[in-house]
Formats: sequence, C-alpha cells, structure tokens
Amino acid sequence: MRRIISVLLENEPGALSRVVGLFSQRNYNIETLTVAPTEDETLSRLTVTTSGSDKVIEQITKQLNKLIEVVKLVDLTEGAHIERELMLVKLKATGSQRAEIKRTVDIFRGQIVDVTSSVYTVQLAGDSEKLDGFIQAVGTSGVLEVVRSGVSGIARGEKVLSL
Amino acid sequence: MELLSGADMLIRSLQDEGIEYIYGYPGGAALHIYDALFRQDKVKHILVRHEQAAVHMADGYARATGKPGTVLVTSGPGATNTITGIATAFMDSIPMVVLCGQVASTLIGEDAFQETDMMGVSRPVVKHNLSVRHPEEIPEIIRKAYYIAATGRPGPVVVDIPKDMTTPNERYEYAYPKKVKLRSYNPAIRGHAGQIKKAVDMLLAAKRPIIYAGGGVILGKASDQLTELVRMIGYPITNTIMGIGCYPASDKQHLGWLGMHGTYEANMAMHHSDLILCVGARFDDRVTNATEKFCPGARIIHIDIDPASISKTVDADVPIVGPVDAVLKEMLSLVKEAKEKPDADAIASWWKQIDEWRAFHGMRYETSPDVIKPQEVIEMLCRLTNGEAFVTSDVGQHQMFAAQYYKFDKPNRWINSGGLGTMGFGLPAAMGVKLTHPDDEVLCITGEGSIQMNIQELSTCKQYNLPVKIINLNNQALGMVKQWQDMNYESRHAESYMESLPDFIKLAEAYGHKGVRIEKKEDLETKLKEVLAMKDDLVFVDIYVDRFEHVYPMQVARGSMKDMWLSKTERV
Repeated sequence: MRRIISVLLENEPGALSRVVGLFSQRNYNIETLTVAPTEDETLSRLTVTTSGSDKVIEQITKQLNKLIEVVKLVDLTEGAHIERELMLVKLKATGSQRAEIKRTVDIFRGQIVDVTSSVYTVQLAGDSEKLDGFIQAVGTSGVLEVVRSGVSGIARGEKVLSL
Repeated sequence: MELLSGADMLIRSLQDEGIEYIYGYPGGAALHIYDALFRQDKVKHILVRHEQAAVHMADGYARATGKPGTVLVTSGPGATNTITGIATAFMDSIPMVVLCGQVASTLIGEDAFQETDMMGVSRPVVKHNLSVRHPEEIPEIIRKAYYIAATGRPGPVVVDIPKDMTTPNERYEYAYPKKVKLRSYNPAIRGHAGQIKKAVDMLLAAKRPIIYAGGGVILGKASDQLTELVRMIGYPITNTIMGIGCYPASDKQHLGWLGMHGTYEANMAMHHSDLILCVGARFDDRVTNATEKFCPGARIIHIDIDPASISKTVDADVPIVGPVDAVLKEMLSLVKEAKEKPDADAIASWWKQIDEWRAFHGMRYETSPDVIKPQEVIEMLCRLTNGEAFVTSDVGQHQMFAAQYYKFDKPNRWINSGGLGTMGFGLPAAMGVKLTHPDDEVLCITGEGSIQMNIQELSTCKQYNLPVKIINLNNQALGMVKQWQDMNYESRHAESYMESLPDFIKLAEAYGHKGVRIEKKEDLETKLKEVLAMKDDLVFVDIYVDRFEHVYPMQVARGSMKDMWLSKTERV
C-alpha cells in the first residue's frame, strides 16, 4: 500500500543522505521525496512516499526513528490528510490546440504561467492522481517536458507535526 | 578557562571521558592529534599493524569490559581499513568510537591526497557519525559520540576530524560538557508497565515455555536479573551464540544455545513451545531457520531496547521496548507478588519431554584412536582452564566447536563476531581483552584460514607483551566452506583448500613468540598443559585436527527449528 511519511529532521549536512541511504540499504522503495527547511530553521521537513506491506512500513518508520537526526515522524496515510504535488508542464500549443489546452487547464484548475507562440507552460497543483489525470487529458504526444515536485502532505484537522 | 588547540582538546576530552586505551595507527591527517597524545600520559595508545585490527582490539576490549572502545586512525586508507571492524561492531551492537583524521576542510571534495568521504563510506555501518566543523565543537562532539555509542542499543560512532580542526597554534576555551542534549535521541529507560504485566500473566500461564536470551542481556548487563528470574520460575532457557554466558551453561535449566548449530534439545524445545520469552535477541536467520515454519505453536513476548528489532522477522505478540535489566527487574517483582503460580504439572511434563530430548544426545561426535578431533581440543581446554578463560574466536567450524564445547558460566567471556562473521577478528579481539585482563587466561581459538587474516598483529603482541594463547585448529582447509560444499555441492571443494600453509611455529618464532605443534592425539593433553603453564609467553599452538569433521547439529536449510542433521548420515 502507498504511504506518505512526513519527517522532521535536524537541518544538518548529511542528515538527508542518512534517510536516503536507509531506504536503499534496507531495500525499501522511495517513490517521491521532498525536503525543505521549516519555519524553525534548525529543522527540515521531509516527505517521502513509499509502498510496502504493513510489516515493511512498520520497519520503515521504526528504522527512520532510529536515525539520530530524525526528531519526529508521522505516517500521514494513517489518518485523514491533504496531499499536494506541484507540476510544471511544457506543452506544444499551436493552432486549435491552444484553446483546447486552455480549457483543459481551467478544468484542472491550473494556470498557464508562460507563453510563447508555440508553447504553453502550465502549473498545476493537486494530489498525484490529479496530475496524472491532466497528463492523460492533454495527451502525452503534446507534452514537451514535465517536472513534478514530489508529494507534500499535512494532516487534516487539529493534528500537527511539530516539536 | 584553559586555552587548548583542537588536538589537545580532543585528547583532553578523551581523558575527561575516562578513556584508558586508544588503538590506532598514525598518518598525515592525524599527526596533530598524535602529537597531542605524545605530550600526555593518561590515555595510552596501542600501535597496531593494520587499522582493521585496531577496531577489533577496541571491540574485544568493549565486549570484555562493557565499556566503549576507542580507535584513532588517519584519513583515506587508514579510515577505510577500519570499515570491516566497524561493521563487525555494528552487527553485534558493540559500543565504540572511531576517530578518523580527514584532509583539511579546505581540501574536502578536491580528491586530495588520502581523502575519502568517511562520513559517506561509514554511514551504513555506524550507529551515527559526526563531523567536526569547528575546533570549538570538539569537546561536545566527543561527549556526544560516547553517549550515543554506549546508550540505548549500543553501536559504533565515527568522528571525522579534518586536519585544520586540530591545528596546534589555534587555541580555544576548553570545557568538557557534563550533559548531552539530543532532542531526537531518547532511548527508553523502562518498559511499558501494562505490557510487562501482560507478559508476566502469559509467562505464568504457559504450559511449554522457553526463555530465549541474546546478546542484549550481556550488553544490558542483565545476566543477574535474568538468572534470578529463570531460576525462580524454573523454566528452560536457551540463548543465542551472542548470548553465551548470559546464563550459566552448567546449570540444569540451560539447554545450550539454539539455531543453525545449536543443541538438539534447545531447537526441539523452541519448536514445540507454547510461549517464547525473548530477551535481547533479534530472531536472526541463523536462529529461526525458515521464519514461516518458526515455532508454530508459540506466542512470543519480545523484550528489546531497539523497537526496530521487534517484529522485524518474526511477529511478537507482546512487544516490550526497554532496557532488559529494568524490564526483567519489574517482571521479577511481579512474578514474586503474583497469586498465580506456574502450572506445576504442565511444567513437569514439559521438563520430562525436554529431558528425553537431552538424553538423545544430539550434540555428539565420534572419537578416533589417533586423529585429534577439534571438539575434544575444546573440551580439554575448557577442563584445563576450569571454564574460566576469556575465549575469542574467528569465524568458521572452529568458532562453532568453541561455542558448543567450551562451557561458559559467566558473561563477557565468549567473544566472537556473531553477526557479521568476520574472519580475522579473533587475534586482535584477544589482544584487546588481554590488555585489560593481564592475569586472566585469554585464548584465541582460530583456524589456519582466519588467523592469516590478521596475522601481522603478532608483532603488536610482541611490542606490548600480550601473552595470549592462539589455538589454531588446523584442518588444512576452510572447514565451514568445505562442509557446505560437502553437503550442498557434491563435495566439489572450490577454493576451500589452503595450499602452501606457512610453518606457523617458525612464523610465531620470527615474531619473537613461542610455537608448539601438536599432531599426535597422545600428546594433546600434555602439550596443552605445557602451553597453559607458559604464562608469560604468547604461544601459537598449531593443532592438526581431523580434516573431515563437520559441525553438527546443523539445521536443514529452509526447514523449521526442529529439522536438523545430527551427523553426516542422521537427519531428524
């Protein structure tokens, strides 16, 4: 099953490599990975999406917790949560395609953030399935370049991941 | 406040940490540190002949004393040579701090002479590693390193020290921190009371219980609590190869150790049990055999300081995260207070069954009128040293024979590389033990394959006068490899034969030691007695043993705990 694990990590050199190394060392899967400092500059927040049986996920969270620089973590998929990923896409946009793409972008509630005579650059945020859906809708033949941020997530309601 | 250079701060920090010995080898990036070592006399440095041996020495010291070992090496090859030693300590959870020189911080990343990314190289085999980024950080980093190494589930910690952090003429205020602050590292100090209560209830209600103890009992200094609990409830106990000595082997409740080469009775009792109380062990594949066939009728209570060890390979019904000594203490007082007592009839019939398994004599070997059997060498050594020697071993058949036939009644005396299985471990580990236990008998039980992996340390033994006894069970082959080839590869002995063995006696003599060769069975006892009487000499005892002997029992691959070979022809 797919899981989103959110980690508060000491914002120190080498900390990220320990997390990434742990995954390859123990044969766990990383599907996406995002990391950036938080409002507390001593901490980074890292979000990793992974998949595995319950037993594997339990081991992943335990092994992550064992890393000295991991301060706190939560498996967001254990509760209600919001998942977002940002995507920038360059699309071939000429002739009648231009209007069609514009409509599709509107339907997906994206924005065209750069325009040339033959190319639209589209920005889209949402969960990973929505981003996949957009690519499918515009058709892969018109896609020139895709960049995705990887998943970020946060729990719904009052729950917070903080010190 | 005193003003000290980074190098002096490092050595002062070691003094303030109470470090007695450093094992190491100098080199360019570590020279400021070596100079600081030279100008003091509190911390004693032992110069090895290869950095791997320095780590195994520190490891042997740590296993025998329960205190963290310390290693000092230079950058690049000095650092990379420590990796096998660090991995050995990591797998067996041995507390240790490895101080590595590094090229100057201004050169890092430029492929400078003797530069290696030791932080990256060591990362998968350390509990943690730390890099010095400013000389002022040194006291705090050293304090943290020892704290992390020795607390919780212990392990090796590497400290990477760029040369410019130790420059002699740059001085800073020195103060050794009293406390360590680590918001993200708080090892459990006691177990969950509710879980412990539940465990005690299950324990008292069991009909076919067994205690399965591991190296965690020794590391957690909980042998006394374990022994008291086991004796009080009267249940059978087995332990892992890492747990040897955590409970007296000569006691009648002790079934020997379990697993791949464990005793028949221990493996049978595990398989047929209805309750396993696992204390500080980790259900390693060499213990469980095929996990899906593991102890089908047993419910499992698992006590461990490391939550990640629980339900990693075998699911626990009652997990208890905490230090084994504290948890066992609580269990003891609950067992004392409990109104329920163990089911006397059920336990009696369980013991009757176990005694039948014992009477079957699973661990046996055929003696021969003229060929020396490796097992009888070990039995004789055990008798001649009253079972009180410190015994280190290398890896292979001799290791299994030593573990099977030397009976340890005390913890910290059996010292082997159980997790990583590092050949070359035995001699340097024995040296680390002998250094701090000069009046105790220290035996290194080895084979002609393993001993050659760190044979150069005979030179270190001469320099520091370390009269260990090297017991070389010489079967002129890589015995365990050959055994597997006999059993699984129709006796095709691919590269398991040691051609061109050196004359070990002359070799020992060349290093300034004594050598004794034993080829005839009738000489065995007399010569071993002579060797053990040579208190002040390192003696290399080269014993020609049966070249065709196999280690039994041996669990059948991918079987359950109870599926074992008991001899070359007998399978149960």
